[in-house]
Amino acid sequence: MPIELEVNGKRYPVHYDPDTPLLFVLRDELGLTGSKYGCGEGQCGACTVLIGGAPRRSCQIPVSAAAAKPITTIEGLEKDGRLHPVQQAFLDAGAFQCAYCTPGMIMSSVGLLQTNPNPSSAEIVQFLQGNVCRCGAHPRIIEAIHQAAKAKQGHGR
Amino acid sequence: MSGSREKIVVEPERYEFSAGPMHHFELLRRDFFKLLGAGIAVFTMAKESGAMQETAPARGFHAEELPKEINAWLHIGEDGSVTAFTGKVEIGQNIRTSLAQTVADELRVPFESVRMVTADTALTPFDFGTVGSRSTPTMTPQLRRVAAAARDLLVEVAAKEWNVPAEGLKAADAKVTDPASGRSLRYAELALGKTLAQNLPAEDPVTPATEWTVAGKSIPKADARSFVTGKHHYTPDLRPAGLLYGKVLRPPSFDATITSYDEAAAKAMAGVVVVRDGDFVGAAAPSEREAQKALDAIQVKWKETPQISNREIFSYLKKNAAATSEDRFRKQNGSMEEGLAQAAHRLDTTHTISFIAHAPLEPRAAVAQWAGGKLMVWTGTQRPFAVRDELAMVFHVPESNVRVIVPDTGSAYGGKHTSDAALEAARLARAAGRPVRVFWTREEEFSWAYFRPAGVIEIKSGIASDGKLTAWEFHNYNSGISAIETPYVVSNRRIEFHPVPFNMRQGSYRGLAATANVFARETHMDTVARAAQIDPLEFRLKNISDPRLRAVFEAGAKTFGWPRKKTQEGQGFGVGGGTEKGGFVATFAEIAVDRASRAVRVVRVVNAYECGAIVNPDGLLNQVVGAIIQGMGGALFEAIEFENGRITNPHFAQYRVPRFRDVPEIEAVLLDRKDIASAGAGETPMLGIAPAIGNAIFDATGVRLNGLPLAPNGVKT
Repeated sequence: MPIELEVNGKRYPVHYDPDTPLLFVLRDELGLTGSKYGCGEGQCGACTVLIGGAPRRSCQIPVSAAAAKPITTIEGLEKDGRLHPVQQAFLDAGAFQCAYCTPGMIMSSVGLLQTNPNPSSAEIVQFLQGNVCRCGAHPRIIEAIHQAAKAKQGHGR
Repeated sequence: MSGSREKIVVEPERYEFSAGPMHHFELLRRDFFKLLGAGIAVFTMAKESGAMQETAPARGFHAEELPKEINAWLHIGEDGSVTAFTGKVEIGQNIRTSLAQTVADELRVPFESVRMVTADTALTPFDFGTVGSRSTPTMTPQLRRVAAAARDLLVEVAAKEWNVPAEGLKAADAKVTDPASGRSLRYAELALGKTLAQNLPAEDPVTPATEWTVAGKSIPKADARSFVTGKHHYTPDLRPAGLLYGKVLRPPSFDATITSYDEAAAKAMAGVVVVRDGDFVGAAAPSEREAQKALDAIQVKWKETPQISNREIFSYLKKNAAATSEDRFRKQNGSMEEGLAQAAHRLDTTHTISFIAHAPLEPRAAVAQWAGGKLMVWTGTQRPFAVRDELAMVFHVPESNVRVIVPDTGSAYGGKHTSDAALEAARLARAAGRPVRVFWTREEEFSWAYFRPAGVIEIKSGIASDGKLTAWEFHNYNSGISAIETPYVVSNRRIEFHPVPFNMRQGSYRGLAATANVFARETHMDTVARAAQIDPLEFRLKNISDPRLRAVFEAGAKTFGWPRKKTQEGQGFGVGGGTEKGGFVATFAEIAVDRASRAVRVVRVVNAYECGAIVNPDGLLNQVVGAIIQGMGGALFEAIEFENGRITNPHFAQYRVPRFRDVPEIEAVLLDRKDIASAGAGETPMLGIAPAIGNAIFDATGVRLNGLPLAPNGVKT
């Protein structure tokens, strides 16, 4: 019996080894390449996805351990052509340069706002300390999260 | 501005340019690739290449290879969509956006109707590479000329249609209008049913910055939505049908060679292709894990050679400078003896520069596919044409049989000039007969890419009692010549670069050796100023004659509030700046040194930058702020450690890069000089931060730090 994953509301059978990190299953087997490989060691946050709603480093979790809970990747945030408020805020703030870190930043930020809907700058910095951006878009990312927090409160999303 | 082609100056510290390909493989057959079809198209030729202009039009559009003399070309489709072609690559510097703005501006069409095709060796004009902050100063005028030529052609087509002289017609808002009759034709209507290709000599007159309408504005990153949705495909996200995943067996140390080899166990694995070609060993399999398992099953022994460690590097560089080398740079004016004799204060300093890694978040990657002797490679590189040429050379096929495409890439910072992953993927793909992806791990990226060169810099100076420099001697060992010449006025000076033969891969980094040379110079200037009890900014201004450099120092000082009085213990203020590649930067920093841990926290930075007419203010702001954050890593804590041919800190857990907690309050001061041609902004904004922090540390503690990184473990006395 292959492992089954629930990703972005859809069920997928997985044929890769059960100890394969979730990231490689998402990217290479399921073709969900929005989650990025940056280090494979849980040090950069580029692979962040939500597992049961909580932000997790998908490079550090064997696929077998990820099967129990629903998974959301960057591809699953947009609904009916409408961007998630965090995606919209990153877009509005121009919070990227090469944007390779962006999916992980957005997924981490979505996770942060779920537990802390109106974080201070210091709380954002603390929460995103494990996410690396090499281009130096940090101030805009912080700004984007503030914007998203405001937008979410405004729209009750 | 002349229409002449870019004169390419290759700095000696671009060691990777001459290093040759990482792997050499055997022979293959010849074939050709086809180019894009027609439409209304215009391309411009370099003005001075008369012979080329005679032959090139006959070769036309469907030639097998575009002549290298073509500067730029663009295509207007029957729906009015504009496609412009450039060999430049998008690596986060936002060139796709700013070049599209330029084309839209000159062609008089909305930004949204312009699509840039970048970095595809089959479709785009030859390009030396996205290096040296050249994209804006060279591509902007070239694309302006080709867009202006296309606009003129559209006007001619309309004139012919209406049978009126072209002179009175106007091109604006994506249409040509005849003010006399009031009629107009949209570009789309003019292009409909035409197959018109025109080759025009490059002409100079283009729209001046004061009359720009689309350029000069903050326009969001092109295709930004695809980046926030995860839909953009970087190289490692490409999955052509039948894709196999490749891994390369890395030697245990640099320069190691194979002495015994047994691949039987790996070859026995189902679905695995194993390749040994000289000291190259790789495997391709249906998943990365299977490829890795195959490599793990290969029995291989290596011959290694003892090599020096990072602890010995600076004495090594000093002792092993090449006595004669064509890369050696030497310049002398006046007499050092006389200059020092006139001096009231003299100073000697020595500065050390560690190897650092670019660590782009997307490691090197390539997807390669062979079909009928033709090779197609997608790869994140800054030099697609050079990669094409290396692939052709290594696989012994004509260049026309190799097509290299660069998807917008997860950055590079000068670190992706080489063809490594492309060669590896292509070699495995040829053996497998299927497309193969090679995607370096973080550890591979840290270990097997190339580094910003380490260096030793020695400076000797003298100043007169009025604070004017009288003598300046500067020696750089190994790190390079960028910004090696002082922008300060001094008539007696001697400046030398001493290359050092060294086996570790080293090469270009964002700003090249300018980061090192400006750090050393600005640290020395600060030390002199303080010894002579002159305000460090005042001392610089006394010795500057270039009004553009003066302007950034003055603008930065004003925003920063220089000079500032210290209000608490551990607080310090510092300044550093300079000029390189047509950009001028002055950086002011406030830092705080923790009393107990002696850790340095950068509190506030003001970065003043001027690079001529600003094409996209928001994009520039992003670069100027980003350069500060990235530069803080090399300034404070980044250093590659190595021993016996091994990198000993090849992980983000060991090699510290700037993170959110490190980021200070940053203000960018952008000076817009509409009267000066736009220069690049990818590199020079980074130059002032390291000396500004180092000088601020001295201000705070009285400890003078002369090496990079300044304080990886806090300020030690």
